[in-house]
Amino acid sequence: MTLLSVENLRVTFPSDHGPVEVVRGLSFTLGRERLGIVGESGSGKSMTGRAVMGLVAPPGRVTADRLEFEGRDLRSLPEREFRALRGPRMSMVLQDPRYSLNPVIRIGAQIEEALAVHGNLTAKDRRTRMLDALNAVRIDDPERVARLYPHEVSGGMGQRVMIAMMVVLEPALMIADEPTSALDVSVRGQVLDILDDLVKRRGMGLMLISHDLNMVARWCDRILVMYRGEVVEELGAGALHQAQHPYTRGLIASLPRLDETRDRLPVLDRSLL
Amino acid sequence: MPALRFLLTLAVTFLGLLAITFVIGRVVPIDPVLAVVGDRASAETYEQVRAEMGLNDPLPLQFARYVLSVLQGDLGQSVSTGRAVAEDLARVFPATLEMATLGIIIGVALGVPMGVFAAARQGSWVDQVIRVIGLAGYAIPAFWLGLVGLVIFYANLRWVGGPGRIDLFLDGMVPVRTGLLLVDSAIAGDWESFVSAFSHIVLPATILGFFALAYIARMTRSFMLEQLSQEYIVTARVKGVPERLILWRHAFRPIRVQLITVIGLSYAGLLEGSVMIETVFSWPGIGNYLTTALLNADMNAVLGATLVIGAVFVGINKGSDALYRVLDPRART
Ligand SMILES: Nc1ncnc2c1ncn2[C@@H]1O[C@H](COP(=O)(O)OP(=O)(O)OP(=O)(O)O)[C@@H](O)[C@H]1O
Ligand SMILES: [Mg+2]
Repeated sequence: MTLLSVENLRVTFPSDHGPVEVVRGLSFTLGRERLGIVGESGSGKSMTGRAVMGLVAPPGRVTADRLEFEGRDLRSLPEREFRALRGPRMSMVLQDPRYSLNPVIRIGAQIEEALAVHGNLTAKDRRTRMLDALNAVRIDDPERVARLYPHEVSGGMGQRVMIAMMVVLEPALMIADEPTSALDVSVRGQVLDILDDLVKRRGMGLMLISHDLNMVARWCDRILVMYRGEVVEELGAGALHQAQHPYTRGLIASLPRLDETRDRLPVLDRSLL
Repeated sequence: MPALRFLLTLAVTFLGLLAITFVIGRVVPIDPVLAVVGDRASAETYEQVRAEMGLNDPLPLQFARYVLSVLQGDLGQSVSTGRAVAEDLARVFPATLEMATLGIIIGVALGVPMGVFAAARQGSWVDQVIRVIGLAGYAIPAFWLGLVGLVIFYANLRWVGGPGRIDLFLDGMVPVRTGLLLVDSAIAGDWESFVSAFSHIVLPATILGFFALAYIARMTRSFMLEQLSQEYIVTARVKGVPERLILWRHAFRPIRVQLITVIGLSYAGLLEGSVMIETVFSWPGIGNYLTTALLNADMNAVLGATLVIGAVFVGINKGSDALYRVLDPRART
């Protein structure tokens, strides 16, 4: 069942030397599954997520032949209706919690706000839901953390807070932009389990954006490999070895493995591209 | 503990301020002895008075004496009014305070929302208009605006009272409590005086308010634009937060701290910089007092007024520092 279908998505920014395309004709569909998006820095991963959320700020421009979410054409959706989708239907965990949490609002209030602007829960229910969400991301003392300001928590804690804030409404589509990059390996597994649980139990569709090909390959159903704003390869998770594109092969070759000893790690050879 | 530190820095700053006025008093080419004895006194009389005034003592001793007398509220006699400077200041400062306070209220009440809306609609005609107003606040001289205002609203339209704080026949009728005419007449329940005082203060205060507004709107706009490009604004949009809350809760809240500094500076600017407006409107405030004192080489009055203005500046600065700590969670720890 298709949740999101995207055809020929383009994001363009004006620059001194004419318009620059940072996403160049991306096409994919997403069902109630885990789709991994990998690619090097600057390849347009975050921008793709923002385009789907309708949050590319001017002067950036988004065009697509098709941009459909739950049967609705997002390209022509009035802003008011789009806003009603953001939060309860689609959501996005932003890349860096150091910048993506409001510095002067307490963590608990930032999470409750998501509940307050949609639906009509009582203050007491909102608080319960907020504490549950913090609990769900394995924060042991949610009462205390809820009272803190973002600068008072670590990067890993901030990332979990961010995830809690975005899952609290249990959206149908979740775009997670490097959601675990600041987490310890042990916590990383737990956080991925939470997202996994939402996919399995609630039928959520997940776009997991990451640099980490290994993690994505292990954990997602399908993988898109992006390079310079384009999808260069689409792979089933188990089929990493079938990768055709030199960029992907280069990426795989540069993954360190435990069962080998090498003097040098191979680096990506751009002359092949 | 932080309170103690705060008081200590306040005391040190104030001492520094006193040192400055003290030094000014020594280096200006006005002879305080001559001011007392007159220029036809004999050399012996001159020397005697000079010694009596303690001017032959070592400077540190003179400074200590100066600090002590200021602490006791003694700023010396004014040669032009013949009264104690402290007494004069207690009369003129409230007049300035009243006008500047009304001015800053107008400036904040209009300037902050204007800056916020200009930033929210960056590039639109609303933004352009607000930017032009901001520029006008830079370019238009205060005395010109004051004169034009008087000609239009007082001489022609008769909408406002003219120069001075109150209509002549009401002058001195209201018992002085705070020195602020609006407050005193309200306390006394003398509404005729209140209305008259208001009709006199409204024009100069609005003009001061205009300058404050122009500055505050410009700064608010640029702070807001910076905020609106932050990642946490995207986060709020991802949550589906309505634009109105994005503006006032997510973008405006973090800038309150910066705005307090701007408003404090602007307020201090109105308090000390209203000389032009006070002159145009014959406003019996500290600006006028200082001008008269300077023209009469009335040293005690000049230093006293300077000291008050400096103290106000320090006070506003420290006050906004303290508010800073209350409003910004990052500055609290
Ligand atoms: N406001 C903007 N104006 C112009 N170019 C932009 C703007 N924002 C992003 N870009 C460009 O778009 C490209 C894609 O950026 P994007 O953030 O999507 O990369 P990314 O794949 O998420 O990288 P990373 O892994 O570092 O997060 C980059 O080259 C970036 O410089
Ligand atoms: Mg990114």
